[in-house]
Amino acid sequence: MTAPLLEVADLRVSFSSERGVLEAVRGISFAMGREKLGIVGESGSGKTLTGRSILRLLPPGAELRAERLAFDGVDLLAASSARLRELRGRRLAMVMQDPKFSLNPVMTVGDQIAEAYLAHSRASRAEAREKALAMLEAVRIRDPRRVYAFYPHEVSGGMGQRIMIAMMLAPGPDLLVADEPTSALDVTVQMQVLAILDDLVSERGMGLVFISHDLTLVASFCDRVLVMYGGRVVETLEARELGRARHPYTRGLMACLPQLSGAEGDLPVLSRDPAWLEAP
Amino acid sequence: MIEVETLSVDFGETRAVDRISFHVAAGEAFGIVGESGSGKSTVLRALSGLNRSWSGRMTIEGAPQGPARSREFHRRLQMVFQDPYASLHPRQTVDRALAEPLRIHGIGERERRLSRALREVGLGPEHRFRYPHQLSGGQRQRVAIARVLILEPSILLLDEPTSALDVSVQAEILNLLQRIRRERGLTYILVSHNLAVVAHLCARVAVMNRGRFVEELDVASLRARRTREPYTAQLLRASEGYDRQAAEALITFD
Amino acid sequence: MTAEVVAPRGWRAWLTAEAPSSRLHARLVRLYGTARIFARNPLALLGVGIVVLLVALALLAPWLAHGDPSAQGLTRRLRPPSAAFWFGTDELGRDIYTRVLYGARITLGIVGLVVVIVAPIGLLVGCVAGYLGGFVDTVLMRVTDIFLAFPRLILALAFVAALGPGIENAVIAISLTTWPPYARIARAETLLLRESDFINAARLLGAGWLRIVFLHVMPLCLASMIVRVTLDMAGIILTAAGLGFLGLGAQPPSPEWGAMISAGRKFVLDQWWVAAFPGLAICTVSLGFNLLGDGLRDVLDPKQR
Repeated sequence: MTAPLLEVADLRVSFSSERGVLEAVRGISFAMGREKLGIVGESGSGKTLTGRSILRLLPPGAELRAERLAFDGVDLLAASSARLRELRGRRLAMVMQDPKFSLNPVMTVGDQIAEAYLAHSRASRAEAREKALAMLEAVRIRDPRRVYAFYPHEVSGGMGQRIMIAMMLAPGPDLLVADEPTSALDVTVQMQVLAILDDLVSERGMGLVFISHDLTLVASFCDRVLVMYGGRVVETLEARELGRARHPYTRGLMACLPQLSGAEGDLPVLSRDPAWLEAP
Repeated sequence: MIEVETLSVDFGETRAVDRISFHVAAGEAFGIVGESGSGKSTVLRALSGLNRSWSGRMTIEGAPQGPARSREFHRRLQMVFQDPYASLHPRQTVDRALAEPLRIHGIGERERRLSRALREVGLGPEHRFRYPHQLSGGQRQRVAIARVLILEPSILLLDEPTSALDVSVQAEILNLLQRIRRERGLTYILVSHNLAVVAHLCARVAVMNRGRFVEELDVASLRARRTREPYTAQLLRASEGYDRQAAEALITFD
Repeated sequence: MTAEVVAPRGWRAWLTAEAPSSRLHARLVRLYGTARIFARNPLALLGVGIVVLLVALALLAPWLAHGDPSAQGLTRRLRPPSAAFWFGTDELGRDIYTRVLYGARITLGIVGLVVVIVAPIGLLVGCVAGYLGGFVDTVLMRVTDIFLAFPRLILALAFVAALGPGIENAVIAISLTTWPPYARIARAETLLLRESDFINAARLLGAGWLRIVFLHVMPLCLASMIVRVTLDMAGIILTAAGLGFLGLGAQPPSPEWGAMISAGRKFVLDQWWVAAFPGLAICTVSLGFNLLGDGLRDVLDPKQR
């Protein structure tokens, strides 16, 4: 039996401030293979911190504790900074929400992809350039040579995000953590970017952690879904089973969405049960 | 109530709004749906007087409008902005923010109006002297709504009022907006990229793309998928969640 | 999310209340919060301490001094520091310690006057220019540029040549060359703020530009203004001292620190104390204002808003 791609057991992230200790992630456990795992939650649920914990890229002041945090058998908790740097980029990658903030404004986009590739391989500059062009094609950019020379401010949101994906996937990682990768995009562009992500993930046999606040999107895109609330996972289910969710928070979240095919009149409002914050 | 004819807005060389025309009856909720860059927010800005360089004809409550707006106009028409984190002055308490419109227009009975406005949007006296950074997104948006309601306008322009909010909070704010409209008989123009939100609040919808109205239809037809234009159908399809085949069929409409 | 907190009691509870009961209460709560963050910086506290000391010494000079600062005693010229004369005596036998104390008043006076003139003018010009834009902006900014072009000391020299030396003219000369950067800062901030939704909301409520500039924009520019002013104070003190050194500021027998250093120039090798103590006073006060300004900047930084 092969080890799961990612193993997380009792993950906890906390911040200390003068007002006391703030526990943002309070004991999450899950395992995933080469599948599309969605993590859904509202703001403050801890989903972004969970994603960042996988890459050990937490903001200063954050304290991470876990019983186990392992990627493909490698213990991430015990790994040295050098080892983590080696893993990040080559085997573990992350795509964030707004490409405006993740792309270097003074380098052409093509060079950035090439650099990402060079950082994790022994290729020559020319090979890296070829690889960058190939990646641009893989994310369905129509004129790769022309776009190669663009600067980040010259590309639209959707294209920028595709370039981010190209950059992150150039070294050929095994696991991609995507934190709201399409939230800043228009709905049609969103579909296109997701289709690209879908194809790339299946072609390369990658694992994908898809973090989002959009339950409908995650339900239709991912294989499995973790629903987070108040720093904990309140429900884990197959994406297609979402209609049969059992936890009141999940059900409430779905019910309060306005639906095109739904009933008119007041939307049911989520009444938060403090019991949801307690451990099951 | 509101008549707009061949409204156009240019930003330098680019035409953000291209000769659109529509009308909204008194007490009606009219929605404009479009993706980013479609020009939908620009329409609101021109209607409210924030943007003064537009061409065309605009008649609001029977009075034709020029580029500038009178103070009296602002008592009749108000706007709620998208980002609750940006539409409140960071250094003003809720109390101060709500008192401001009353001060500007010289309206008395401040205490009564203020507490009534707070109650109406579901906030309590414990919120009254807080600063925006001490409030949640939903609470800030409620303050923004209270602020516009305190002048008792008859028309409310809503620029993506729930896009920046969590889904559960969105439901509360949408219910609040629905209730206020019913109770006060307000006329709404709601702009959003979210078809479901627009369909929930409005009776009629215009679909906007690249500065033009692609299609105007009533929400019942929208819900029944009885659309005329392929762009509208595409928008509908995309709003239903991810579908690999549908994604393949997407085309860019220019 | 859980947090474990020890609940504060008494006046501290009032000052950290989550739901203030009035606008004044809300303001005080915010002020207290800011003060506490400020107080975590030991260097900033040192700066505050020095500035407070300066003010205290200036106010209490008549009681702390050892007599009249102008009292001469030609029999006790150029005596080194001793029990009787803590900082020694100068070339006319005057007690340097007393003169330094009274000099604090002059320094504080000059700095205070300059700030009171310069900050409001800079803020007003910058905010109005930034908000209204167009022709008003162009005119105001060109005026600003004209004043910005003058080097401080040269303008002071010109002033003094025209109007004669003295503290008042020194203050005017320093003020004229100090206000332009404040106008620039205020304008830059205003340009950023102008497009914010909350400003648009105010416009939609029917507020005129006067109301928006004074009540909505200016309060937000105050933070960077305060920081800049505090950091500039050291420069203003040095300029005033420079003018005094050149004989253009305070005139004898006024115990202005710069003038004292100038007078002590001749003796600096053998009777170092005549120039050293006023010099030390200038250094210390400049340092104090710089530390205070740095501390304020850390606290009033935009990300704390």
